[in-house]
Amino acid sequence: MAGGSPRIVHINQLRAGTFRFSEFGMLVLPGGFSYGDALGAGVRQALDLQVFFHAELAEFIESGKPVLGICNGFQTLVRAGLLPGYGKERAARAKQGPSKGNREVTLTYNARSKFECRWVHLAVEPETKADCLIQLEELAFCPVAHGEGNFQVSDDRTLKQLEKDNLVAFRYVDARGERAGGRYPINPNGSVADIAGICNPAGNVIGLMPHPEDHIESIQNPLGGSGRLGLSLFRAIVSRASS
Amino acid sequence: MTVFRIEVAAKDRTGDPRIVAAAHRLGVDKLQSCRKSRLYFLTDHNRSALYPEQIERLCAALLVDPVMETVLISSQLENGPSDTVSQPDTATGEHVIEVALRPGVTDVAARVLEQGAAELGIPGLQAATATQFRLSGVLSESELRRLARGLLCNETVESYSLGPIEPPFGRSSDARNYVEQIPLAGLDEAALSQCSNERMLSLDVREMKEIQSYFEEIGRAPTDVELETLAQTWSEHCVHKTFKARIEFTRYGPDGRSYPTEEIQGLLHTYIQAATEKVKRSWVKSAFVDDAGIIEYDDKYDLAFKVETHNHPSALEPFGGANTGIGGVVRDIIAVSARPIACTDVLCFGPQNFPQEALPAGVLHPARVEDGVVAGIGDYGNKLGLPTVNGAVIYDGGYLGNPLVFCGAVGLLPKGSHPTVPQKGDRVVVLGGRTGRDGIHGATFSSAELTQATHMESGSAVQIGDPITEKGLIELVENARDARLYSAITDCGAGGLSSAVGEMGEELGADVELMDVPLKYPGLTPWEIWLSEAQERMVLAVPPANLERLQALADLWEVEMRDLGRFSGDGWLRVRYDGRPVAELPMKFLHEGLPLPHREAQYHEGRADRKSQPTEKEHGGTSLSERAVLLQMLSHPSVASKERIVRTYDHEVRGGTLVRPFVGPHMDGPADAAVLKPLGTWDSGRAFSLSVGINPLLGKRDSYSMAVSAVDEAFRNAVAVGADPDRIALLDNFCWGNPTIPDRLGALVRTCQGCYDAAVAYNAPFISGKDSLYNEFDGQPIPGTLLISAIGIVPDMRRVCTSNFKRPGNHIYLLGETCGELGGSLLSLLLGWEGGEAPVMPDEPLARYRALHTAMLSGLIQSCHDLSEGGLAVALAEMCFGGRLGATVDLPAIRGDKFAPSYVQLFCETNGRHLVEVGPGDAAQFEACVSAVPYARIGEVLPSEQVIFTKGQERLFKLTLSEIATAWKGDSKDDASN
Repeated sequence: MAGGSPRIVHINQLRAGTFRFSEFGMLVLPGGFSYGDALGAGVRQALDLQVFFHAELAEFIESGKPVLGICNGFQTLVRAGLLPGYGKERAARAKQGPSKGNREVTLTYNARSKFECRWVHLAVEPETKADCLIQLEELAFCPVAHGEGNFQVSDDRTLKQLEKDNLVAFRYVDARGERAGGRYPINPNGSVADIAGICNPAGNVIGLMPHPEDHIESIQNPLGGSGRLGLSLFRAIVSRASS
Repeated sequence: MTVFRIEVAAKDRTGDPRIVAAAHRLGVDKLQSCRKSRLYFLTDHNRSALYPEQIERLCAALLVDPVMETVLISSQLENGPSDTVSQPDTATGEHVIEVALRPGVTDVAARVLEQGAAELGIPGLQAATATQFRLSGVLSESELRRLARGLLCNETVESYSLGPIEPPFGRSSDARNYVEQIPLAGLDEAALSQCSNERMLSLDVREMKEIQSYFEEIGRAPTDVELETLAQTWSEHCVHKTFKARIEFTRYGPDGRSYPTEEIQGLLHTYIQAATEKVKRSWVKSAFVDDAGIIEYDDKYDLAFKVETHNHPSALEPFGGANTGIGGVVRDIIAVSARPIACTDVLCFGPQNFPQEALPAGVLHPARVEDGVVAGIGDYGNKLGLPTVNGAVIYDGGYLGNPLVFCGAVGLLPKGSHPTVPQKGDRVVVLGGRTGRDGIHGATFSSAELTQATHMESGSAVQIGDPITEKGLIELVENARDARLYSAITDCGAGGLSSAVGEMGEELGADVELMDVPLKYPGLTPWEIWLSEAQERMVLAVPPANLERLQALADLWEVEMRDLGRFSGDGWLRVRYDGRPVAELPMKFLHEGLPLPHREAQYHEGRADRKSQPTEKEHGGTSLSERAVLLQMLSHPSVASKERIVRTYDHEVRGGTLVRPFVGPHMDGPADAAVLKPLGTWDSGRAFSLSVGINPLLGKRDSYSMAVSAVDEAFRNAVAVGADPDRIALLDNFCWGNPTIPDRLGALVRTCQGCYDAAVAYNAPFISGKDSLYNEFDGQPIPGTLLISAIGIVPDMRRVCTSNFKRPGNHIYLLGETCGELGGSLLSLLLGWEGGEAPVMPDEPLARYRALHTAMLSGLIQSCHDLSEGGLAVALAEMCFGGRLGATVDLPAIRGDKFAPSYVQLFCETNGRHLVEVGPGDAAQFEACVSAVPYARIGEVLPSEQVIFTKGQERLFKLTLSEIATAWKGDSKDDASN
């Protein structure tokens, strides 16, 4: 429906070499609970990306192909240091394997310290580096369902830098598109600056906590009405993959 | 051997205010703050040294979030003095309590950590985890112990220490291939009974004698494996002997005179299955035969539905009990070759504000039970990627010592894809988690009553689940089903391998080797391996030629697979350990040897006239404030919003939830039922509904009325969202006290009679059910509780209905007549009234629901809500609140007794009623649709904030939406703690 021909591939099939990243034009890391999130959301899967798939994935990303992480996929990309994925110098450091302090942003426990499922409105940041998203004309409306989606930064400087570099991709807003300003439940988890999703400086790695895949048809909309589909987000990113 | 100890603490040192609040409730009011840290213990399996650099890499990659957390690493020689590598920031003077899982309890984090370490090039690492609580405040040792036992540690599955805890590595012991012979010959009844008790067999004297005489006949003593196998197979939990027993039933009228005694040849056969056979619906694909009931969905797919209870485990370890409850019912769905697609849960707890000091010994506080159960359900369902979409939560003092946890699951399977007949020569294959000492005696334990001592004695019966292993099973079995690799499948639930292999091999016989069962740790005796109820396991009958292909799938999904033996064809169960037989029983004796009990049952009908109709005079004329009663009802825990619970469950995953638990423009009004569209079926407009009916309050007044009312409630909820009343199937779950006591059993009989009459009247089949008996605490039974769950086909997903009012100016109709029954109602509870008429089955229920459904399919109905607890007044308030619209209704317009006092019309709980909203332009067509049903137009939706009740010209009272919001939604825990 979004224009691509998707294939669901298990990480063990990639591990075994049954499939390779290079065969595909776009990578989606979906939501879920990889390895049960037993050591924290996305932590164990992030290790796979950093160690086992490091070279293959780096090549994929450097070639400019889009990578989309949703919920657990977003958590994985952040924990693997691929989001916000700053600069070559850090990438080089990351190549030596995971080490202390290569992360300045995180997705931590919701401010209300429990898992929460509810629908939210998302606005694309107008100047975001994920420029394929800018074509979206309206808000997206879709559910969050997570316990560790609270986007936080190590200090104010990091936040300023993210904003300055236009690496914020999505924010939580109300139905009229006004920034949540931290107000619960419009901002459902306490994320700093209402950040719901970010991207890398090249704009081809994008992650967000909400689930656009749960609003593909209007009939899924709990408020009725048409529009604000999550589908449009997939269309935009797939169009980047095929361009 | 060096052990590294890693403490991971939050940089933010404010701690967890909820623990402090809970501690204050426990009476430890000097606790000022409590900080929680994670502990990891690492050591090397191979006794080669771990290097500090390796530990730091592990911390960075897997254990610490550098943005939010700090880490403290220390090392110590095992059993040696601590050798601190880095120091804590400051000496804080805090008290420390550390809590770890007991050895043998599933520790998923430790296992994932070990795998991750291997990926980082540190193989052979052994890991364990624990939790540290740092407490500030002036606290005595006894207060610290009170906090540990009452709040921080559940000694059923955990241990604690004041100060640093021993690294909780599982202690491995040597293999114990010890098999005991148990001489029964010559034992008298007392000795047999003692033998049953000492071994926790839950077998009665008649059953023990039957076993004694079998083994006397063949001239040897049974082994422990054989005795345990028989106890499990014959347990109430596995064979449901009460529902098969011959019962002499006597019913006494309110005047004490008895009806003629009836002899009932099995409740299941006489009432439940009989109803299914009588209504003979062609779309029922499987009822009472498989692990779940199956109905037709469309021409390609069927739907499977099952509801289980996990009451006793949840009473002892709420998180683990509820967690494994979901795990178990999902495996019931896998066991009919279906893909699980949704979960439901219905919970009954004691009052959340129950005074701590009045709590009986051995009982966890209801607030702690609720927190644990809710977290356990969310943890398992969310991690499996299943939406938890429907349920109920009921609070009653009767559930204090014995909460109820009903877990349901739905699955989708292609037509004709579920093979059920094992073939001679098929291999006995076990898939999934490893076997440990966990969960031993679950089947017999759930067939006994809880007592104060149960907490300490039954630790091994309670477990923690591992949802990710189960997720692998779901995928693997779906692949194996599509490749047609197995000829039968069942889950390893209560009774473990003994039950799974014993049941699957009932016709053919089976020969299995216990040495081939993969174990979590050595040291299990043969009977423990055979009986262990370790979670996340399935047993399959696999033709030898398919083993290799199944193994390849198992490798892909990282599911462990073992071939234990074969279905032999000789009709014997042979269990071996290292080749040597440890059990040899003919399947016939195992499955047919159980002497079915004879039971006596009595039922005394309550008096309807006892203070049933309080006169105006009795209540001082106008002293009954209907307005205050309505607000009190809306804030009653069983009625008020459950948002604080329900939002912790993912109800959206898989993208098919069309009617959610909360509806309306603010997505916070109550839904009657869930509507789901299964993934893979979006090419049609069809969907299905899930709904429940439950009313234990009514059961205290009249068991028969509880049954017909629960069926009606589940039905009217389903119809309210758009289900076709001719395509609704029912599940029954009975939770009851000790059935050997005649009055307990009598109420159960009456309930079953109600189930039969209702199912026949509604033309709705029962497709599956389960009973959980012996729900008593120290001799006090729970209120007999029937849960009816309904699954219905929604023919057109574009016509689903929600309960929130949509548009000012629309008409409000009340469908169904109001008969004024107050027996067992919420009003009676709040006012302390006893007696009163109990609601009956409505006249021609199916006809009225068909009419409503037709109107709905024609698009004439804009909103619809069923009337249940609190009657008309509560339902109207909920519709207004959900839609953020006012309304006015006029009571004399209601069909029914015109002279009934207004409080009766407002709050009585007559069955068979719906409130519906219809546009003025559709009114004529709607009225034509429902012309055969008693209906009345009683009011109008208003654009204002006001909800107004009038009696002709007289205004009775009004409420505002914000008053409703405060009462219904306001007192949620969320708002209290934030």
